[in-house]
Amino acid sequence: MSDTFQLADTTFSSRLIIGTGKYRSYDEMKAAHIASGAEMVTVAVNRVPLDGSAESFLDHLDPKMKILPNTAGCYDAEHAIRTARLAREALETEWIKLEVIGDPITLLPDNEQTLEAAKVLVKEGFIVLPYFTDDLIMAKKLLDAGCPAVMPLAAPIGSGMGVQNPSNLRIMREQLPNATIIVDAGVGVPSDAAIAMELGADAILMNTAIAEATDAARMATAMNYAVQAGRLAYLSGRMPKRLYASASSPIEGAIK
Amino acid sequence: MSKILITLNGEQLPIAGDIDLETLISQLALPAKRLAVEMNGNVIRRIDWPQTTVSDGDRIEVVHFVGGG
Repeated sequence: MSDTFQLADTTFSSRLIIGTGKYRSYDEMKAAHIASGAEMVTVAVNRVPLDGSAESFLDHLDPKMKILPNTAGCYDAEHAIRTARLAREALETEWIKLEVIGDPITLLPDNEQTLEAAKVLVKEGFIVLPYFTDDLIMAKKLLDAGCPAVMPLAAPIGSGMGVQNPSNLRIMREQLPNATIIVDAGVGVPSDAAIAMELGADAILMNTAIAEATDAARMATAMNYAVQAGRLAYLSGRMPKRLYASASSPIEGAIK
Repeated sequence: MSKILITLNGEQLPIAGDIDLETLISQLALPAKRLAVEMNGNVIRRIDWPQTTVSDGDRIEVVHFVGGG
């Protein structure tokens, strides 16, 4: 079955994008990455430690993986823009996961600052993939700003709570039928990923759900299946929900 | 040689003056692969490091990549 996922100039066969944070070891991370089937991984930009302990994290990634740097840890547009520029310089990639956080407890996005940063970065030639609150109007503004996709949250980062507002995702899908929607953050278990895909998300980005699983590679496999299952279900068109039963077996002809 | 004071990754650091960025980075013994450097808010491209003089009061950020989501 050919159901590829197009994002900017790149065609992916996997609709799962995964993170590289929180793994207990590099070996575990690598095994999970392979098991997930993902073709793109996120990385964070961080100050180099000056005590000589720096190591080249990127060497631990499969060279076939597309690398998507993020602006995690930025609390305003200016810092996110600076971080994106540094990532571009170091990685020679225009791709950036734009993340501007509003507060440290919830890690919820600052949508206003995100939009401001997106506008600047798009003008500078970046392929901006913005993480934002699951809001249709914000999604429209980000798309109008030139983002090739929008990345609404399912739940707070690292919470594992699953899709907290399925109606918002459904509305976004229905009102923006041609937009690329990537659900980013909040998935905890494969059923969460499947639900997001069933609602019409084009892809899922997750980190903690895999990295914090007791067996990360096995969970990555499960997530891979779940994303595929949810996608197939979305393409298949679900049955209508009914309040009352609808018999599957013939009523007529049952013995009396 | 006169000393200058720079802020490197948020830490105040006295260094010998009359130094370029390329030399500073090499003296810090950082893994030079896939680093990016910002000076006073502007990215300094790698090819420009040798011609970029580090001056007293400069704010320098040197970043690399780590695991993240």
